[in-house]
Amino acid sequence: MLNILKIATRNLWRYKRRTLLTSILITLGVMSVLLFVSVSGSFKNMMVGQITDSMLGHIQIHKKGYLSSLDSLPLDRNLSEKQMKKVRQVLEKDENVEAFSPRIRLGAMFSNFAETTNVRLVAVNPELEMKTVPLLANRIIKGKKDGLIGRGEILIPELVARGMKVNIGDAIVLVASNKDGSVNGQTFTVRGVLEGIVGPGGRDGVIHIQDARELLRISSKEVGEVAIRLTKMNKLQNVYDSLQQQIGSIKNKKGKPAFEIHTWEKLSPFFNIARMIDLMTLFIKVMLVAIVLVSIMNVMIMAVYERINEIGTIAAIGTKPGKILSLFVTEGLLLGILGSITGIALSLGAIAWMNAIGLSFDFGRQKGLLLAPSIGISEIVMVAGIVIAIAVLGSLQPAIKAARMDPIKALRHV
Amino acid sequence: MYLVESKKITKIYQTEEVAITAIEDVSFTIDKGSFVSFVGPSGSGKSTLLNMIGCLDPPSSGSLQVVGQDIGKMSRNQAASFRGENIGFVFQDFNLIPVLSVAENVEYPLIMVQNWPAEKRKKRVAEMLEAVDISDQANKFPGQISGGQKQRVAIARALVTNAPLVLADEPTANLDRKSAERIVDLMKKMRDEFGTTFIFSTHDPRVVQHAETIFTLEDGRLVSLEQGEGGNHA
Repeated sequence: MLNILKIATRNLWRYKRRTLLTSILITLGVMSVLLFVSVSGSFKNMMVGQITDSMLGHIQIHKKGYLSSLDSLPLDRNLSEKQMKKVRQVLEKDENVEAFSPRIRLGAMFSNFAETTNVRLVAVNPELEMKTVPLLANRIIKGKKDGLIGRGEILIPELVARGMKVNIGDAIVLVASNKDGSVNGQTFTVRGVLEGIVGPGGRDGVIHIQDARELLRISSKEVGEVAIRLTKMNKLQNVYDSLQQQIGSIKNKKGKPAFEIHTWEKLSPFFNIARMIDLMTLFIKVMLVAIVLVSIMNVMIMAVYERINEIGTIAAIGTKPGKILSLFVTEGLLLGILGSITGIALSLGAIAWMNAIGLSFDFGRQKGLLLAPSIGISEIVMVAGIVIAIAVLGSLQPAIKAARMDPIKALRHV
Repeated sequence: MYLVESKKITKIYQTEEVAITAIEDVSFTIDKGSFVSFVGPSGSGKSTLLNMIGCLDPPSSGSLQVVGQDIGKMSRNQAASFRGENIGFVFQDFNLIPVLSVAENVEYPLIMVQNWPAEKRKKRVAEMLEAVDISDQANKFPGQISGGQKQRVAIARALVTNAPLVLADEPTANLDRKSAERIVDLMKKMRDEFGTTFIFSTHDPRVVQHAETIFTLEDGRLVSLEQGEGGNHA
């Protein structure tokens, strides 16, 4: 095998320019895939992280039918205290659940004593919420971040703060109608301004869950939703399946499911963008396959054509067809390895350079998001594997042709 | 027992339109250690006959035994193995592998065909380079040596596996007179030294005179047999 490698290497070196050009082509293909995967992956992870860690959590549990009427923020579809107890029992037992946070979503009239507007709010237990969505505090662009929210305080959305000309420490009034339609009002102090992000709930204000219960005159400990944070994102499907089994299967008195469970993928429209990114990555990989296949096949067909006489010679002196085949396949393999290694090395350099200069971008209303491109070893191994496998595949047809060549015809070839 | 025994062999090439008879009803025998030449004008069938003896092309009919094997009944792989074990080739255009050095070219059949252990291989290659008097060029590449030197390398490559039979198709055609004579002398010396049978085709009268047995072919038929310097069987 070492001797085949030696001869194959020398044969590649014999056509330096052609080998170099083919390697450059493969290198560029590998680079384009790895850089696209690293940058798009970084963007995707950042956005997914922001959505799950500052807003949605990884999984949410609601009472059946809550989500379909979420636009009207229904208070009559909250999880009862008893249901919440059951949910809590299941979640506390699950070792893949890092934290969970009960919430109440509500709509209210927001008044600064001069003007009034509508505002959507999420009422939370600050300690549990910070454990469940740890990046929420980072969205506070004005005001105190520590402790997230206290009793009688409100974090208002950026747009509302600007539109209503409200500042930190100002008093405002929230007026909300409760489940039976009666109206109640309560004064709050503006504690901070929240940056809006893409997706449902991304422009909601935040108040303490006890304040919401008082404002809405909810006497029991019922909640609208439970946001869940997992220890590892890759356990999403496992935990979802487990919760579906334990909670999703519970029926109400009418014999219908009492709960509904959703992963962040079902809750956020960004999931479709993430899927689009994955699809684009797939297309780029298909292009890489095409580049490698065409360039390797081309170079190997040329190599066989130019060395017909030599093939005849080695066949005549007793080299078996299998060895002739392996000689040409090895040349393709070496080209694939050379292009992959160079492409990977240059890509890692380019990724390090991008991280050093700091790549930022704007997404919707979010400005100056800093990308941190990175690439996993599994992705590198996969791309290298694809390139090398396609290089072998691409050289197979010319190699078979060489192995099957009639030595006499080959020796006569000029 | 003959090294090569041909009984009424015929070779017909069938094209889409016509059948061309390249060799017709040829019978001969060649002993071990002979120095034999097939002569004749271009198109007389010399190369076709050599190809058949070399297990590269089976006869269309008749029987051809080479080193005790009926070469008409071999598969492609069997024929390759047989050639690797029993036959050495020397070509008109030398046909050295350009990416391998002189020593590596000689070593090639021992690695790719016979799989000799490295130490034994190196020793054998050194012996052969010494035998053909080209040890000083061992590390040069074919592009760096003369035509006569290339043919010496080709002879060393043909002999390195201890093959009992070496076939040389017009081995001196691309050489000047002096080099041609040296190559024929070398082949004879190798025959004397190793007992190898040399069969070569040529139409060069300067080379023919060195042959011990001369078969003359015309239009695919064996028309005469002459004894040269040595005298042999037919």
